[in-house]
Amino acid sequence: MTITEPVNKAELFTPDIRKEIDEWVAKYPDDWKQSAVMAALRIIQDADEGWLSTERLNQVAAYLDMPPIAVYEVATFYSMYELKPVGKHKICVCTNVSCMINGSDKIVEYLEQKLGIKLGQTTEDGKVTLKEVECLGACGGAPMLQIGRQYYENLTPEIIDSILEGLE
Amino acid sequence: MANEVCLRTLDLDRPWLLDQYRSRGGYEMLSKVLKEQTPPEEIIDEVKKSGLRGRGGAGFPTGLKWSFIARNAPGQKYVVCNSDEGEPGTFKDRDILRYNPHQLIEGMAIAAYAIGATLGYNYIRGEFWEPYERFETALEEARKAGFLGDNILGSGFDFQLHTHLGGGAYVCGEETALLESIEGKKGQPRFKPPFPAHFGLYGRPTIINNTESLASIPMILAKGGQWFADIGVENSGGSKLFSISGNINNPGVFEIPMGTPFSELLEMAGGMQDGRKLKGVIPGGSSAPIIPGEQMMDLTMDYDAIAGAGSMLGSGAVIVLDDSNCMVKVLERMSYFYYEESCGQCTPCREGTGWLYRVVKRIEDGKGRPEDLDLLDDVADKISGKTICALGDAAAGPVAGMLKHFRDEFQYHIDHKRCLVGPANGQ
Repeated sequence: MTITEPVNKAELFTPDIRKEIDEWVAKYPDDWKQSAVMAALRIIQDADEGWLSTERLNQVAAYLDMPPIAVYEVATFYSMYELKPVGKHKICVCTNVSCMINGSDKIVEYLEQKLGIKLGQTTEDGKVTLKEVECLGACGGAPMLQIGRQYYENLTPEIIDSILEGLE
Repeated sequence: MANEVCLRTLDLDRPWLLDQYRSRGGYEMLSKVLKEQTPPEEIIDEVKKSGLRGRGGAGFPTGLKWSFIARNAPGQKYVVCNSDEGEPGTFKDRDILRYNPHQLIEGMAIAAYAIGATLGYNYIRGEFWEPYERFETALEEARKAGFLGDNILGSGFDFQLHTHLGGGAYVCGEETALLESIEGKKGQPRFKPPFPAHFGLYGRPTIINNTESLASIPMILAKGGQWFADIGVENSGGSKLFSISGNINNPGVFEIPMGTPFSELLEMAGGMQDGRKLKGVIPGGSSAPIIPGEQMMDLTMDYDAIAGAGSMLGSGAVIVLDDSNCMVKVLERMSYFYYEESCGQCTPCREGTGWLYRVVKRIEDGKGRPEDLDLLDDVADKISGKTICALGDAAAGPVAGMLKHFRDEFQYHIDHKRCLVGPANGQ
């Protein structure tokens, strides 16, 4: 149990976001609103420049009637949630075995050189964050990366050039 | 006998659509079962007869798993599908979700009928957005056509099915971690027993099966358990989706009979890149100990043959390595993965995966010490079998396999502070 100030849930998020979260809440049994926490975090992260502030985590807790610590546990456990600001575009490069033996080291090197940053860093203009990720389940298209919801497979420097050019 | 079960509609124009699926007899088994009110025991017996074993990697007999549920006990029961495909090298469930989502829905509905569940979830890993959208579209189509929802086809049977999207955590592929995750918690595996059949999702009786397992059900019932069993070999019924990747010309997903020689699978996958020599094969996802190439060429792809060679068929993820690869570097990458993905709950895994990674890394970096190989053996042994879930074993297995078959290469690294074959990828 946590003692929290009574909140007006309608004021926590925009109507669109509340509607989307509520659709997820409706999928689970009535007394298991908490099951929607992962969806809620994703929805808010997507709407909030790609990362989750502590204030946002607290709001999710209030909205789903969860203790804040339970939301922090989830937000820190799963790799897709960002708890610090990230670039407008997050490039997630797989470097696991199948990608590695098909040249992901060179792909990372090429990206680092083109963007002027290292893995884990964000470009100065805040446009791109480069992130190393674990196997994304597309090893048949190794080497591969993900930006937003999109997978890019069978990467070559030329393909990377065109991907980077396409980022607004 | 390729593409007979889960990928049987792959040749259609847009096989993920309901009308396309129905053009190949889709939803006929669900309709038949509900119309005839087939006794659930008959369905479970047929699945048992098929010899279907859990396709996620553990290989537990699916029919037996279902039979553990007390169907007539009061209260809610759940059907959960594990589409949290994350075992490195595995990319088959992604194709089922993208190309044949309706067959998975039909399989889940039949499973729900068999165990008396009215609610189910398909847990799809969070990165799989395209597969998620395909599956959601299929759910919507199935609901509209009356194959999901209340009183399905006027039978009095209700089944609601929803997607749960993951957030990026390998360990959630472990079935009880996955259940925790659906409950809105961090995905740490539960101590067992009790097993999910007695205490599963929300504390209720639950069956949880892999995507491929559940998508196989409609064909097993349509053509009979014996038909499915006969496709494969003894103790490995049916066909199986193999995800084959690595140093090969034509990587991809191949649905072929269990017991197919590895050499044939390699040929289907276009053979070795640049005509290079086969050095080793990881036969069942990165948790499966490596098998030397020469030995692998004599093996068949089934549970017993691969287990007999000291590895496991796992999820059927075959990673092919040619002789340009440095095994120390390959193991370093795999060990980093388990270190990164350990959930931190059990000390042997939390601490041990870090030890494994750091020691392999220093060997790769040319800073290995004479005692390091024995140390790796010791740490791997101290993790194995001493953790709540199989992630610890999964981290230890590759180390043991590499040291067993490629110990010389590791020793060379330590003795000469450099690589025997040059860095991975032939750079």
